Amino acid sequence: MANRNLILHSRKKSASQHNENLWGYFFIAPALIIFLVFYAVPIVMSLYYSLTRFDGISEPVFIGLLNYMKVFRNREFWLSLGNTFCFTAGTVIAGTIISLFFAVLLNKKIRGRGWFRAAFFLPYIVSYIAAAMVWQWMYQPDSGIINVALEAFGITPPLWLGSTTWAMIAVIVMSIWKTLGFNLIILLSGLQSISAELYEAAALDGATQVQSFFKLTVPLLKNTVLFVVLNSIITGLQAFDQIYIMTGGGPLKSTQTVVYLIYQNSFLYFKQGYASAMSYVLFAVIFAVGLILLRVTNRRNEGGVGSV
Amino acid sequence: MKKCPRKNISWKRALLYVFLVLTAVLMLIPFFWMVLSSLKSESELFALPLKIFPERWRFDNYLTLWNSAPWVTYFLNTLKVTALTILGQVVSCSMAAYGFARLKFKGKNLIFLAFLGSMMIPYQAIMIPQFVIISKLGWADTHISLIVPAIYSAFGILLIYQAFLGIPRSLEEEAKIDGCSHPRIFYEIYFKNSKPGILALVLSVLVGTWNEFLRPLIYINSEELWVLSMGLAKFQGKYMTQWNQVMAGAVLTMLPIILLFLVAQRQFIEGLVMSGIKE
Repeated sequence: MANRNLILHSRKKSASQHNENLWGYFFIAPALIIFLVFYAVPIVMSLYYSLTRFDGISEPVFIGLLNYMKVFRNREFWLSLGNTFCFTAGTVIAGTIISLFFAVLLNKKIRGRGWFRAAFFLPYIVSYIAAAMVWQWMYQPDSGIINVALEAFGITPPLWLGSTTWAMIAVIVMSIWKTLGFNLIILLSGLQSISAELYEAAALDGATQVQSFFKLTVPLLKNTVLFVVLNSIITGLQAFDQIYIMTGGGPLKSTQTVVYLIYQNSFLYFKQGYASAMSYVLFAVIFAVGLILLRVTNRRNEGGVGSV
Repeated sequence: MKKCPRKNISWKRALLYVFLVLTAVLMLIPFFWMVLSSLKSESELFALPLKIFPERWRFDNYLTLWNSAPWVTYFLNTLKVTALTILGQVVSCSMAAYGFARLKFKGKNLIFLAFLGSMMIPYQAIMIPQFVIISKLGWADTHISLIVPAIYSAFGILLIYQAFLGIPRSLEEEAKIDGCSHPRIFYEIYFKNSKPGILALVLSVLVGTWNEFLRPLIYINSEELWVLSMGLAKFQGKYMTQWNQVMAGAVLTMLPIILLFLVAQRQFIEGLVMSGIKE
């Protein structure tokens, strides 16, 4: 009797486990199907295309590693990769420092903090397309408000988007303006999770504000800063809209990034195989940067645990 | 040196406020300049010395703009694509989140890991084959091509997953004793009690889809299917030097989202930041 109960029970259990399996698949099905069809399969297809000559319409022809050799031999690719790194470094370094600076300021007890937050955040919610047009207009050499203002201060202004040296800087400035609010709020919420008592204790011990910033804020905020940096790197490496509108990659390809080159080759020149090879190289770069950053910070973390 | 801390602090404070107000104004200058330029005549735009305010406020610029492109169509297209993407993503992400948070099934960890890994893939690495698949499905040049692939989001799943983990298990046990089925537990207990997380997802998808440009540029050809960002880009291509018109177009496309932001500023900031932080 007891035995039969046990069997019944285990049958019931395995039936319910079977049941739960089915429910599990039912609930993840919509996401899983779209993931497979539009993300997993494409990543494999992309690898295959990168080994073929393919115009997007006729059947791809297998050509081995030829595309990759062409990519690595192409000076335009290296130039674009350099531009991508330059854009990313500029937005990440300057963007992080500026947003950290304002986050620290806004972390003080300030009346009207909500208004400041909103003002900084507003650029983040509008489209890059529209914002890039506004900046393009502001950067106009003769009647743009930026140059008129600079001239008023007696500065001879550059041609901005028309200059090979300043166009990239102009695009970087616009991109920092666009994402400053987002990074600032993330850093601010990180700052607010650090308890005020720590600062009070530090102040009692005679630490100056600068000292407590470097000895307290910096180490405790490390993970938040890391998130902002990683996030900015990933968006920086993929920047497209603002370049499409403001410079079209020019002048003389000085703002042409890898992503822009991929877009041109695949959807304007129909060299899909070649473009796929470039996107795989970019993918590898993004992946490597992510791994290196994680490795570096993990090591620092390990070191930090012992010393604190 | 004699210290006078209180006076010192208030003086610093005033300086801080002045500085913050100045930078906030600086951040907003592009918006002011966009609106002011959109209300000037063409000759006034390039006239030197530059005047900040228009001599005559030319609201008829907006009338010209309105008649030069089918903005209502662009607006309705954007609204349709955004609404359906939000709906699809809320349903698929919250369903998947329930599966991952509360059910045991074979291959769960592997699938979860694959989803997490997909966050590392830049869109550009898969845009070509995605385009090929969409063409093979016969979806090229339709709104479905924009909506369906965007229904999956690892980011969204993770966001809702975190929200679901925060719901006490005891609520679920009670429902189970009452004989509730999984769909009902999912909806009544998890979905209904995760409103902040779902709102964060809705807002981040809203901003992302409303402003999206690259995918519409690649997938959509017919003008009657264009979304606002594309309509604006093509409009600028046509009216290159008429900056008053281009600025009016920028105002027009930004307006809906800015109005929403002004109404629900707090939710926007917290929602977008929340969906940003929970990687």
